[in-house]
Amino acid sequence: MADSKQLEQTATQIRRDIVRMVHGCQSGHPGGSLGCADYFTALYFDVMKRKEGFDMDGIGEDLFFLSNGHISPVFYATLARAGYFDPKELATFRQINSRLQGHPTTHEHLPGIRIASGSLGQGLSVALGAALAKKQNGDDNYVYALCGDGELEEGQNWEAIMAIPNLDVERLIVTVDWNGQQIDGPTKEVMDLGDLPAKFKAFKWQVIVLEQGNDIAAISAALKQAKEQAKPGSPVVILMKTVMGKGVDFMEGHHEWHGIAPNDEQLASALKQLPETSIGDY
Amino acid sequence: MQLEDIKLQNEKETRAGFGDGIYEIAKENKDVVVLTADLAGSFKLGPFIKEFSDRYYEMGIAEANMMGTAAGLTIGGKIPYTTTFANFSTGRVYDQIRQSIAYSGKNVKICASHAGLTLGEDGATHQILEDIGMMKMLPGMTVINPCDYNQTKAATKAIASHNGPVYLRFHRPKWANFTAEDGSDFVIGKAQLMAEGADVSLFACGHLVWYAIEAARALKEKGISAEVINLHTIKPLDEEAVIRSINKTGCAVTCEEHNIWGGLGESVAHVAAQHNPVPIEFIGTKDTFGESGKPVDLLDKYGLTPRFIVAAAEKAVARKKA
Repeated sequence: MADSKQLEQTATQIRRDIVRMVHGCQSGHPGGSLGCADYFTALYFDVMKRKEGFDMDGIGEDLFFLSNGHISPVFYATLARAGYFDPKELATFRQINSRLQGHPTTHEHLPGIRIASGSLGQGLSVALGAALAKKQNGDDNYVYALCGDGELEEGQNWEAIMAIPNLDVERLIVTVDWNGQQIDGPTKEVMDLGDLPAKFKAFKWQVIVLEQGNDIAAISAALKQAKEQAKPGSPVVILMKTVMGKGVDFMEGHHEWHGIAPNDEQLASALKQLPETSIGDY
Repeated sequence: MQLEDIKLQNEKETRAGFGDGIYEIAKENKDVVVLTADLAGSFKLGPFIKEFSDRYYEMGIAEANMMGTAAGLTIGGKIPYTTTFANFSTGRVYDQIRQSIAYSGKNVKICASHAGLTLGEDGATHQILEDIGMMKMLPGMTVINPCDYNQTKAATKAIASHNGPVYLRFHRPKWANFTAEDGSDFVIGKAQLMAEGADVSLFACGHLVWYAIEAARALKEKGISAEVINLHTIKPLDEEAVIRSINKTGCAVTCEEHNIWGGLGESVAHVAAQHNPVPIEFIGTKDTFGESGKPVDLLDKYGLTPRFIVAAAEKAVARKKA
C-alpha cells in the first residue's frame, strides 16, 4: 500500500488540475472527472502494475481502458502525474494542435492512451479484447476498465457483459462509476437502471458494491478483493458509488456540472477548497 | 494480357476462398485470430476451428461487441479477423468501427461475406449495397473486393501482413473462378490488368470483373476493343492504372455490385475529373434497395449483367466521338 497521505495529495492535485484544465478552455466535463479522481489515484498510484515508459501492446503490465471518455480531464491529469508526459501539457487540453483532445485518442499518440473513447458503450468490449490478447500471450497481468452508470444505457455494454463470463475472462476488473447522474438529470429519472447488482449477477458476474467510492483506501481494497475473487466464468464488477463533482461543494451531486466549465469566480472558489499540494500546479 | 488468356477454371464461392485462406494464413502466422458473430458455417471456418480452436472466438449475435473486442485484441499484437455478413460488418457497427478501429488505428481485418444482390433470396434487409461507400469514407481504411475464389483466398492471406484496418468484401454464391490459382497476381492496392484494349476501359471489382470480361468478349464481336481492369482495391485506388488506361482509351465504364453512389465508380470518376475528364458510364444499382430472388436474375433486373455493360460501353464510346 502506497503512503496514504501521499495518495491524498495526489488526488487533490489531480482535482486542481481538472478544474484548471476545464476552466482554461472553458469546456469539458468536470463533474464525473472529480468524482472519479480517487479511483484513478488508487488505480494508477497503488494498484496497477506499470512498466516505465509506454508501448501500445503493454505486455508484462496491467492495462486500463476508459469507456466514458468524456471524463478525459481526470485521465489526462492522472497520466501526467504518473509520469507518462509532462504535466505542463495539461494546459493544452482541448486546444488546437493538442495531444489532449476533448475525448481520449490514440490518434495524437499521447502516451498512456490505448484506444479512442467518447462515443459511449465501447470500452468494455475493447477491454475484453485486450484481456483475450493477454491470455493468448501467456501474460497474467490484469486489465482494468471504467464505465459510467448512465453509459450502461448503451446496449453494447450488455453484449460485452454477456460475453466476458462466457469467454472465461477473469483478469478483467470492471468498475462502474455509480454516481446516479447523467446529462439530462438523475439516472433514475432519465432511464432507471433498476436493480444494477441483480442485473450483473444475472449475467454471471460477482458484484462488489463499494459504498465509499471517494475513499482511496476503500477503492484500493475493493480492486484487490476483485482480483482475488475473480474466476474464469465468474468475473467481478465493482459498482462504485461516487459523488459527481466531489471536492468542489457547489458541483457535488449536481448533474448540471456534467459538462460545463467554471467561470473565474467559481474556479477561485474551487481551488480554495482544493489546497495547493507539494506536487505543485502545472 | 489478352481476353483469350483468361480461362475459366471452375465455379466456387468467394467466401470459400476466405475459409481456405484463413486456414492457410493461420498456419503461417500465429498472431491471426478469428472472431465470428454466429456465422462460422457461412464463412467455411470448419478447418480453421478444428486446428486452431485456441485462436477462435464465438461472439454470438453481438456484432458491436465483436468489433470492440477485435480492436482490443490488437493491443498485445494479435491480428483479429472478424466474420459476419457485409451488412452486419458495416452499417450495424459503423460507430464501433469508426471510433474503436479506424480512428484508433487498430489492425483489425473486417471480413464481410454475402455482400450485394447476389446474397439472393434473403432480400434487401441483408443485401447491403452501401458498404463500400461507408468503409472508404473512413480515414485510413483499406477496402478490397476481390473478384473470385482464388483472389479472395489470396487477399485473405495478404491482409495479415498489411498493417492497418482492412475491409475485405466478398460474396455468397458460386461464381466464375479464373485468376491465378496461387494468388500470385494479387497485390493490395495494385490494379490487375485482365485484358488490354484500345477503345474503352472497363473498371470492375468483385463479381462484376467476370461480367466485364464477358462484356469485353461481346464488344470484340462488335468491333470495340475493351480494356478490362480489376480494381479489387477500391481504397487506396491505383490511380496511375486508371489514368494510364483512360489516357489510352478515352472513355470508361465502371462495374460494381454496389450502389453507384459511394462505390468504385465515384472513386474512378474522381480520378478522371482531376486528371483526364473522359466520358464515364456507371454500372451499379441506381440508388435503390434490392429484393428477394435468384442472384443472376437480380443482377439482370438491376442492370448489372454483361448486356448492360456492353450497352454502357457503346454509349461511352459514342460520347467520346460526339
